[in-house]
Amino acid sequence: MQHSPFTPARQGFRKAATGIQGLDEITNGGLPQGRATLVCGGAGSGKTLLAASFLVNGARLYGEPGVFMTFEENGDEIASDVASLGFDLPALVDEGKLFIDYVRVERSEIEETGEYDLEGLFVRLDHAIRSTGAKRIVLDTIESLFSGLNNANILRAELRRLFRWLKDKGMTAVITAERGEGTLTRQGLEEYVSDAVILLDQRVTEQVSTRRLRVVKYRGSHHGTNEYPFLINRDGLSVLPVTSLGLEHDASDERISSGVRELDQMLGGDGYFRGSTVLLSGTAGTGKTSLAAHFAEAACRRGERVLYFLFEESPNQLVRNMRSIGIDLKPWVDTGLLKFSAQRPSRAGLETHLASIYQAVRDFRPSVTIVDAVTNLLTVGTQHDVRAMLMRVIDFLKVSGVTGLFSSLTAADSSYEETQTGISSLMDTWIAMTIDEIERERRRSIRILKSRGMAHSNHVHSFALTDHGLRITDGGG
Amino acid sequence: MCIRSRSRTTVCESPTEEDDIMSSSQDDFVLRLYVAGQTPKCLRAFTNLKRICEEYLTNRYRIEMIDLLLDPGLARGDQILAVPTLVRRMPEPVKKIIGDLSNTQRVLAGLEVSAGAA
Repeated sequence: MQHSPFTPARQGFRKAATGIQGLDEITNGGLPQGRATLVCGGAGSGKTLLAASFLVNGARLYGEPGVFMTFEENGDEIASDVASLGFDLPALVDEGKLFIDYVRVERSEIEETGEYDLEGLFVRLDHAIRSTGAKRIVLDTIESLFSGLNNANILRAELRRLFRWLKDKGMTAVITAERGEGTLTRQGLEEYVSDAVILLDQRVTEQVSTRRLRVVKYRGSHHGTNEYPFLINRDGLSVLPVTSLGLEHDASDERISSGVRELDQMLGGDGYFRGSTVLLSGTAGTGKTSLAAHFAEAACRRGERVLYFLFEESPNQLVRNMRSIGIDLKPWVDTGLLKFSAQRPSRAGLETHLASIYQAVRDFRPSVTIVDAVTNLLTVGTQHDVRAMLMRVIDFLKVSGVTGLFSSLTAADSSYEETQTGISSLMDTWIAMTIDEIERERRRSIRILKSRGMAHSNHVHSFALTDHGLRITDGGG
Repeated sequence: MCIRSRSRTTVCESPTEEDDIMSSSQDDFVLRLYVAGQTPKCLRAFTNLKRICEEYLTNRYRIEMIDLLLDPGLARGDQILAVPTLVRRMPEPVKKIIGDLSNTQRVLAGLEVSAGAA
């Protein structure tokens, strides 16, 4: 009987799952049910998409119909905005699972004279809730009322009444708001909606944009407090929890061959641990890709699937180059055991790369994943960001039980113990490859700088790239 | 005053003679007052509106009163948010005046009727 002190059951309130990958994990189950959550962020930060996902998933996955009250875009605009995420709002409306009401307030058309209240808004909401049996509601972005109506006092009093009314109705609500200067929202809505606050942020660094999400507040519930990257792509929204994966994955005792017999011997006789992570570092032309190709081929021979991410060359070029040293990858590509995913690093931001790695691993379900070379990612992110991204990739691979091999280019003038991305501490095994010019001859050597959990060779070994692949010339072990 | 009722909508018109109904001079102003129940604010708005119409728009207006508590679906069509809301449907363009219509000058401004029109 293991109970976290923070399980929702013990706190006496329930949660409404958003169905957004990662967000339910961070919030331990979703948004506070029957209460309002404030989602704030700047223009284009993804507020509306998050809100729409909450409603669509509610209707589709959890049997909770919803009301989408929009103050900025009309129903057609919203529908086309979210169509790119694969959401079909008109279908949900037809099925009676969603009610979209566009509230348009045009200051120039309105004259104010004397006392009024916002009962019209209540009537519309009540009508929408009744006609769908809604359990969820989105107000996007109700702050727009402040620019449409003059009397801020009436507005504030009515908003207070509205949020209380929604709570009395037991509606799980998402209220979106624009980020203010030095405040969470422009109109201080956080004063009224204070059960949970989620902050969205979009930053552009070196022309690459990154979206982040943070749960600023969640009354009465444990929640992750970090900033989490989040993605918007054809599969909808997903938040990538960094720390929530933790270090709870299983560690396998099974060994798998590196594809080079002598290297297996250097690694205590049997190769890498299955599910571990391996770093291959070296200067240009030392043979990192050759060693990776050996590993890929050995896995395919065992009948395992290999996913190979390439950032530097095309799959055809790599296959051709490897054939020249006696490693034939083509048959494995043909049988479908080996799959290449080639992309120019500069084509997308780190988060997008991360997302495509996640997606490809989920779709292909490989037992080995190779990333060649992680240092290419430095062109689209800082060292810090690349390291954070790799940490997430590694966590993800470990939880999935996938063995990961990462190559890393060492700058020619730096020590072989330097990895540009500072990622060696994340790795279980680190193999460094070097070339030295001795007596007008380029000599390649390979050494194991670390390998957690196994007795390994402490020697520097020489190796050569031959017609029959990479050969360690002075034996292993 | 309120001479006929169409569904739940109360229609009030300026007194007219039957044969004048087709005449284009009739109903220059088609006004719709949205209320939500018989609240003091709403009753006040109706009283104020009748008074202003009688004074400045004699024989030229028609008022429809819609109670949103009875017809909640109608709030969407005219984009009603605040209650009471007076909508000038005719002449176009559509104008909205929200509040209890206690300030005659502003109501006239909103309806685009000059105070000297009477």
